[in-house]
Amino acid sequence: MVERYVLAVDQGTSSTRCILFDHGGRLVAVTQREHKQHFPKPGWVEHDAVEIWHNLERIVPEALAQAGATPDQIVALGIANQRETTVLWDRHTGRPVSRAVVWQDTRTDAFVDELSRSPDGQTVRQRCGLPPATYFSAPKVRWLLDHTPGLRERAERGDVLFGTMESWLIWNLTGGPDGGRHVTDVTNASRTLLMDLTTLNWHDELLTIFGVPRQMLPEIRPSAETFGLARRVLPGVRISAALGDQQAALFGQTCFDQGDAKCTYGTGSFLLLNTGHELIRSTHGLLTTVGYKIGNEPAVYALEGSIAITGALVQWFRDGLGLISTAAEIETLARSVDDNGGCYIVPAFSGLFAPHWRNEARGVIVGLTSYVTKGHMARAVLEATGWQTREVVDAMNADTGLALKALRVDGGMTADNLLMQFIADVLNIPVMRPMAIETVSLGAAYAAGLASGYWPDLEVLRRNWHRAAQWLPAMDAERREVEYENWHRAVERAFGWIKPSERIRRPDEG
Amino acid sequence: MPGPIQSIERAAAILRLLADGSRRLGVSEIADSLGLARGTAHGILRTLQGVGFVEQDGATGKYQLGARLLHLGTSYLDVNELRSRAINWADALAARSGEAVRLGTLLEGQVLVVHHVFRPDDTLQTLEVGALLPLHATALGKVLLAYDANATAALTQDQLEPYTRRTITTTRALARALAEVREVGWAAAVEEMTVGEASVALPIRGYGGLVVGAIGISGAVERICDGKGQPKSSLVAYVRDAARAVSRDLGVSRW
Repeated sequence: MVERYVLAVDQGTSSTRCILFDHGGRLVAVTQREHKQHFPKPGWVEHDAVEIWHNLERIVPEALAQAGATPDQIVALGIANQRETTVLWDRHTGRPVSRAVVWQDTRTDAFVDELSRSPDGQTVRQRCGLPPATYFSAPKVRWLLDHTPGLRERAERGDVLFGTMESWLIWNLTGGPDGGRHVTDVTNASRTLLMDLTTLNWHDELLTIFGVPRQMLPEIRPSAETFGLARRVLPGVRISAALGDQQAALFGQTCFDQGDAKCTYGTGSFLLLNTGHELIRSTHGLLTTVGYKIGNEPAVYALEGSIAITGALVQWFRDGLGLISTAAEIETLARSVDDNGGCYIVPAFSGLFAPHWRNEARGVIVGLTSYVTKGHMARAVLEATGWQTREVVDAMNADTGLALKALRVDGGMTADNLLMQFIADVLNIPVMRPMAIETVSLGAAYAAGLASGYWPDLEVLRRNWHRAAQWLPAMDAERREVEYENWHRAVERAFGWIKPSERIRRPDEG
Repeated sequence: MPGPIQSIERAAAILRLLADGSRRLGVSEIADSLGLARGTAHGILRTLQGVGFVEQDGATGKYQLGARLLHLGTSYLDVNELRSRAINWADALAARSGEAVRLGTLLEGQVLVVHHVFRPDDTLQTLEVGALLPLHATALGKVLLAYDANATAALTQDQLEPYTRRTITTTRALARALAEVREVGWAAAVEEMTVGEASVALPIRGYGGLVVGAIGISGAVERICDGKGQPKSSLVAYVRDAARAVSRDLGVSRW
């Protein structure tokens, strides 16, 4: 019998990956290509959407070749993508009108500040479940419309299309200017600030607030359904899933039940909790977002705790301070001592995200004495990730009124045993790593395979999940409380560092 | 007998040059000092950089001696780095073989478990990272001994503790077993530490073929071995694939 596979595309912030999975959810082939990061001005981050499309055109055939597979062995294609990054392109030529504005880009901060303070800010919060922030797509669309001569008129005439990366790739895969489908999925749409979280439709009031013409928006579809057949790259193959990367990781971790949670530990970390069909509006600094929607079934919602700096702190320890030569060595250095020696590091490099949302906070290292060595600081670096996770979990427990029972983890930092044990210790619940660490791609593959009948139901996917490692809490309760208290005091010292009058205004800001 | 190898002599000269100076040197300065073509000097510097003997400054592009040169006596690969490079392949090995996977390195006459992936059956298992295993009674240990003459020489008769009836307990028998490991390229230990359990392991190689660790599976003897009590060739092949993949990741070009 000829083996059949599902192909997942993970269009990430630094690279695009193509992974083939077999029926057991096992990884069969991986190809990857990085794309250039453009930093034209301080705070600006851009990608070339055409470069990303060309990368996809290359890595898909490479992955097939690696597995020795032919296109007819591919049952379906699913996409997981970097969220919020905004592409605007000409419907007739297929050419982007500018480079894509990446989620990290903060060029819209003045506009967003103003919006947050106005009554419209409250409308946005209420309708979208998200606070106005530079992070999301709509301010980026508005900025491009405002700063590109003639663009707004073209958009109003319907000549210009908006999309996040999955929209751009699906439009191109299904034909581009020649009949390409202009669609997005609910999870990506839920990050634009333009979608009403209850109706899952674009909302006129939000479109007005951001000045975005409806003609340029993609159609919002479920995360798992057939969007169309590819006409390029893999002609005839069904494109049957799209999800934002963090939602894809939730799906790949098979967090299908209300109360299931996962955290992906990378440069930043994202903890998502499945809240079922219930939409919980956070009162503790979390984001409300769509987890996934399978075909005609009702949407599954999630609470999200976004932590800006986790792995990035280790990178800073390596590149900024030069105290280690590889990220993994942080564990070796941290194990050279028994504790943090009284040192705490709060990595508020560009403010603090969940649950604080304090833009004016900046990083602090506190508790320094002549006793503290680089080993203690290495501990403090890892502990910062643990405590930030604890803060997000506390916020989730407060919002839901239920206590999290276990945490599923993935991402590169899960290779760090000391950190994983510390997370189990400070959360006081078991922490589990699944055998498939590529949960983002796996989630896209699962959703695509489900929509195309490759897998019959969620139960089968659940049985594919296997525990590769588990860490059980072992910290003394009293010590945990004392340390958490110390962490809180360190965080307070990070607040209020940037004074309002000192906010740096760039000359080009409106 | 072949004469001296020119590129090694040149590499040694570059290291001396960098060791003499108090400042970093650019590729042209090095090429001029030694009378080498710029491309030749660059090729040698890149190779030395690859093995960690020289480092290049990110801002100026100039070279200095690498930190690893100062620690030649210690293991060049951090065990946590080894784990992070191997984690994907170790997972794939556990998923394919259906057995628990361990990675080991040598530590003071024992095997240090640096990574452990549970057997994928979701039964209760405990993470054994940091545990120590005997060298002579495990497949991981035999691999590490087979490619390390010093560690083998250091093992004395009285260290060969008998765990089961099948444990190797004489240095002569051990030497024979290790020669066989080198010949076939993999090691097995069938009921040599625990009755009813078997393990298979292969070496993980770094640059130049240096063995930096071992990766293997272990489980019930009836699952690991065939009717004749030999490890199943399909399982050995899975372990070999994983060992090669990790070695490739560590920069071994041909294996």
